[in-house]
Amino acid sequence: MLLATIIVLAVGTYLIRLGGVLLRDRVEFPDSVQRLLPLAATALLAALAVTAALMEGAAFAGVARPAGVLVGVLLAWRRLPFVVVVIAAAVTSALLRLAGVP
Amino acid sequence: MTSSRTPADRRLLRDAAAIAAAMVAVGASFGAITIAYDLPTWVPFAMSTLVFAGGAQFLAVGLIAAGNPVAAIFAGLLLNARHLPFGLTVSEVIGPRLRDRLIGSHLMTDEVVAFTLAEQDPSRRRRTYWLIGVTLFTFWNIGTLLGVLLGGAAGDPATLGLDAAFPAGLIALILPSLRDRTTRRVALSGAAIAVLLTPVVPAGLPVLCALAGLAAVFLPSRRRKDP
Repeated sequence: MLLATIIVLAVGTYLIRLGGVLLRDRVEFPDSVQRLLPLAATALLAALAVTAALMEGAAFAGVARPAGVLVGVLLAWRRLPFVVVVIAAAVTSALLRLAGVP
Repeated sequence: MTSSRTPADRRLLRDAAAIAAAMVAVGASFGAITIAYDLPTWVPFAMSTLVFAGGAQFLAVGLIAAGNPVAAIFAGLLLNARHLPFGLTVSEVIGPRLRDRLIGSHLMTDEVVAFTLAEQDPSRRRRTYWLIGVTLFTFWNIGTLLGVLLGGAAGDPATLGLDAAFPAGLIALILPSLRDRTTRRVALSGAAIAVLLTPVVPAGLPVLCALAGLAAVFLPSRRRKDP
């Protein structure tokens, strides 16, 4: 049962991924839709990032995590390297938690 | 990878290393949690190699441990449904060969898509997709192994602030594209929709509903007359 669950989840996930990749050629998308695709991907990524930054399950994620993300975003906006952005975000929220901020 | 490494390649490798390090830590916490749930040792490895989708893996092992495998499948697949539009978007990057498509599809994650779309040049996009994809798959599985070996000693990724690192990294990658006004409108309205829906609908659905942000494309583009 456990193995079957994992296999179904794995096959389902793989078919979703492969489905999008193969569908692009099989279906004739009008130009207007093709232009929307990168926008759709950006909207999904933005939604993922912002919900991950602000929410923990159905509740608000507290202060430390959004504050860390905010520091990272500000550095990214000032065009600092990706590595710096990621480390600064992590260090900020880790230090805030160490200081007892939730 | 072939012979010459350009500065752009070195930057990409450095970025990949940063995200790979974070992947190891989060993968380790996945391995450790699975063992803490008293699931068999092969479970985290099967998940990390065959499913290879962080969020869905955490969600699914929790539901499996709670004795609800059917919910684990549905919740996991709902959370992964976003890969369909991702697949449509990166299809060209992966290329026309069937072998590339079969392997490349399995490597698709949020981070790979974000890194890929952050590149403009088609050949760099292709290189980025494969380099980041293979790196993340490798280090996610190394992390899983470490977590299983270390158990509770693997620690909580939140202590290291990694829960802030991933969203910050994703935003950093899409930030340049937000200079375009339409993209910015779509992304911001999509993110707002997702956050507002998160407390009320099941996990995975809020992010899909962010696609409604595409309606912002049809807003009048010259509403502001002032210079």
